[in-house]
Amino acid sequence: MSEIALETRPDPLAGTDKSEQGDVRTEEMLVNMGPQHPATHGVLRIVLRTDGELVLEAVPHIGYLHRCAEKIGENLAPYQYIPYTDRMDYLAGMNNNQAFAIAIERLAGVEVPLRAQYIRVMFAELNRIASHLVAFGTYGLDMGAFTPFLYAFREREMILDLFESACGARLTYSYITIGGVTDDLPDRFLEVLDEFMDYFEPKIDEYNQLLSFNQIFVKRTADVGVISAEDAVRWALTGPVLRASGVNWDLRKSTPYEIYDRFDFDIPIGLPGGSEGVPRAVVVGDSWNRHIVKVWEMRQSCRIIRQAMEQMPEGPHIAAKTKNLKLPDDEIYIEIENPRGQLGFYVRGDGTQIPSRVKVRGPSFCNISVLNHIGSGCLLADIPAIVGSIDIVMGECDR
Amino acid sequence: MSWIENRFEEGLMVTSLDWAINWGRTSSIWPMTFGLACCAIEMMAVGASRFDIDRFGAGAFRATPRQADLMIVAGTVTYKMASRLKRLYNQMPDPKYVIAMGACTIGGGPYFKYGYHVVKGVDLVVPVDVYIPGCPPRPEALLEGLMRLQDKIKSQTRAKDPISRVRTEVLAN
Repeated sequence: MSEIALETRPDPLAGTDKSEQGDVRTEEMLVNMGPQHPATHGVLRIVLRTDGELVLEAVPHIGYLHRCAEKIGENLAPYQYIPYTDRMDYLAGMNNNQAFAIAIERLAGVEVPLRAQYIRVMFAELNRIASHLVAFGTYGLDMGAFTPFLYAFREREMILDLFESACGARLTYSYITIGGVTDDLPDRFLEVLDEFMDYFEPKIDEYNQLLSFNQIFVKRTADVGVISAEDAVRWALTGPVLRASGVNWDLRKSTPYEIYDRFDFDIPIGLPGGSEGVPRAVVVGDSWNRHIVKVWEMRQSCRIIRQAMEQMPEGPHIAAKTKNLKLPDDEIYIEIENPRGQLGFYVRGDGTQIPSRVKVRGPSFCNISVLNHIGSGCLLADIPAIVGSIDIVMGECDR
Repeated sequence: MSWIENRFEEGLMVTSLDWAINWGRTSSIWPMTFGLACCAIEMMAVGASRFDIDRFGAGAFRATPRQADLMIVAGTVTYKMASRLKRLYNQMPDPKYVIAMGACTIGGGPYFKYGYHVVKGVDLVVPVDVYIPGCPPRPEALLEGLMRLQDKIKSQTRAKDPISRVRTEVLAN
């Protein structure tokens, strides 16, 4: 909130007539949004400098959920740290387990059985769907539509049932672990999953009818909080936020980890208005595109899961030696594609079982940094639309 | 109460004031939308289609503490958040109740040992009525905790209500 930064910001009313400004210009006021606010998705606090309905500056303040995750990683053996990765991005526990497990496996040289890799990819994609369903439902809530939330949670509970049958937990799984997965798939799992996929895929069209192409919803989100492709790259945005700006970048395609190179799927990117049934008011990189990219990604995840089910090999589900691993005196940094963007783990070993440094690169943390850039100059009512479309999880933002 | 019988028309019910007030309070607990961390997702699930907390009269999630009776502390409380939590609690009108949901709010949970920024139990900050263990608790557990809170409300009485006694004393002075 330095004064120098304020001076360089463009005046949203520049170029308008002074006499017209009389009705719009009011006294500046600082408004605290959060940390307890239904539209901030957790405990984010945004300090808004407002001028009437105009937002001149939107500064995110974080740290209300700082749970010392990196410090804990330096005090525990890797397999003890797996449950803490669940609690970082609690909407995508499987993906977080996977990221940390891959980091430790590459560092310690653990060979993961092929069946375990297929199970991992299947669960990671299922969790991506579950996470995007929550994003879809709560974005509807932010925009004043309650019903999509109920629809999204109806299907999410079915995915959680599948997770529960495999690992016993609904939210914090610790299922994907170092060297594979903790348990093999339960009996009839693939059949139940197949039934669910048949049920779920037509529902995606229903979601679009219900919310995405709703006229009121489009008016609230189209051309709101536009991020250009250059800006998105400059601000190190990743995940659906980056792809909505028209940048075709997904780690599953560009640098495939695990076995993602064996699957055939597309990367949905943001589209301009008027093309392929997209509403005319839409601009590449706006809030509507950030929303619809998540919905389209659900369909691509379904494709990956179907292929993984077909190709599922037999074999062990976990490597022989996974506990009491001695980490070599070496370092590693890997990134995987989380539902929210690129989740990176830096691990430094020092010859003992316990890493000497664990560092996390959280997609929410990087994505929320763009808020002031796109939030300044918009209207006060657009702030929930922008924050909801960036889809942050504060647990992983603050760590 | 035999003298009162058959003196009134049908549809009139005679009961104690305590019972009537407690019945009203029990069946319309309005919780505050106060999600902190992972448990908040389970709290959302309780409010959503399958579990439907509305069946117990506690589905009207209010965005402001001034309209809420119940604060479900769902998630890890950090030192930075604790002062805000206390202020929110003070903004709620009496009678108010607190449910500590999950291991973190009960006693720091998995962050007890190395979590230098985690409050080791929300009862250090605000008084807690019901503790729900679990990391995170299942939605069924939250519903159970809500029913235990309803039991507690049902057992309250105006005569021995410490809150109303304090208020009377304050007014008298």
